[in-house]
Amino acid sequence: MSHTRRWMLAVAVLAIAGTLVCTGCKKKAVDPFPATNSVAGWEKTSDTRTYAAKDLWQYIDGDAEQYISAGVVSTATSDYKYQGKLEAVVDVYTMSDSAGATKILDAGQTKDAKSVQLGDAGIAYAQSVTFRKGPYLVRIVAYESTPDGPQALGSLAHGVEAKL
Amino acid sequence: MNDRREFLKSAATGAALLGSSRIGLASMLAQHPETGKSRVVVARDTALHGTGSQPDEKRVLDLLDRAMAAYTGREKPVEAWRRMVPPDILKNKVIGLKVNGLGGKGISTHAALVLAICERLQQAGVAAGNIVVWDRNARDLAACGMTINTDHSSVRCYGSDVAGFEDHQVQCGPANIRLAKILTRECAMVINLPILKDHDQAGMTFSMKNMYGAVDRPYLLHPNNCNPGVADLNCIREIREKVTFTIGDAMSSVYQGGPMFRPEHLWYPNALIVGEDRVAVDHTAWQMLDSKRVEAGLPKLEDAGRMPHYIETAADATHKLGVNDPQRIRLIEV
Repeated sequence: MSHTRRWMLAVAVLAIAGTLVCTGCKKKAVDPFPATNSVAGWEKTSDTRTYAAKDLWQYIDGDAEQYISAGVVSTATSDYKYQGKLEAVVDVYTMSDSAGATKILDAGQTKDAKSVQLGDAGIAYAQSVTFRKGPYLVRIVAYESTPDGPQALGSLAHGVEAKL
Repeated sequence: MNDRREFLKSAATGAALLGSSRIGLASMLAQHPETGKSRVVVARDTALHGTGSQPDEKRVLDLLDRAMAAYTGREKPVEAWRRMVPPDILKNKVIGLKVNGLGGKGISTHAALVLAICERLQQAGVAAGNIVVWDRNARDLAACGMTINTDHSSVRCYGSDVAGFEDHQVQCGPANIRLAKILTRECAMVINLPILKDHDQAGMTFSMKNMYGAVDRPYLLHPNNCNPGVADLNCIREIREKVTFTIGDAMSSVYQGGPMFRPEHLWYPNALIVGEDRVAVDHTAWQMLDSKRVEAGLPKLEDAGRMPHYIETAADATHKLGVNDPQRIRLIEV
């Protein structure tokens, strides 16, 4: 084997090794959505739908701009049902940084919001829970008001938080 | 609900024996012949929701009948509807019902209202298959509680994800958009069934803003708080000429945080807002929304920096879509 060929072989080996190392370094994609019954009583009733920032209008047209201005990267959403009755939707917004998540959380907060221990900060109302954790902003909304709704939403929110 | 759904599958009932003298009556109704005022009916039923989150279907039908009677001056529902729908359309053309399901299940046009209108249209002589309930896509229609159906033997229901958009682009202000084929090719007349909501961009969304669901890229019309986007869009010939009547769903609403469902800001006005003058209808709805915001301790939309300026634009000498001057609106509350 000539000197040149040895060099070419060495470069090829290094390139392959580098690619493998970089692939291994990449973050594993986060799936924040609890599977059915991994949170007691909650069933995941739809596939996860994901929207890139440029397509967010397809999901929340008219509301998308505030997320885009806060640096949303992508949005994932899925439907859930509690004990076969209470329907809810879970939206997970992946922002470019935690400041974006903070901006959205603060904007949606009113004086009657109840502070909750979730992620870095969270608020709850009777039919919804919103929290942020790092660059993630999570909103869970129930379509009905039920006596056990707030507790059930809290459990689901903790289930999502644990997966982020 | 099942009985009502079965009813919709049945063939149309009632006769459509209308003389040619009635042609044009519908367009004359928008403004009172003597006063020149645009008429808007706000019909309310405080017991509409009872203890649940969904309105009572029978009460919705009664509320619709009351609103139509007040608007047309015809007590019998069939006569009221025949006064609103031109005879040729009643007989053999397609009527679209443009709903709004963008906000999700909690804040979309109520199925009970859609079914009530379908029922009355059929009794007035419209064939079931000549009614198309439509919106952007299947997801939005599902949010309204509707099921996709393309079978011509019953009331049809599908979105632009099924029917598509025109290839040809239409100039709308600085934007180029494509119109829904359901609007351009299928419907001879569209009854607009928006739901009243606060709107992060436009301030408020109701009659005119609901037409954003009839174009392929509505976000192009969002700049500057949707002004003049809303007014420009409603000036497009197909929208201006075909979307002639609004039966606005204000049975439930969000007064803050819209256009998506924000249960913490949910409100039950228990009302329908009806009229042919889309600007007058929106002006009336805006006043209702602002009143609720003040009651809830929030600033009016103007003070929140989200005044729906598009309403004034729609009334200006360029757009001429209707009137926004309260002195020129005859508000009828029943």
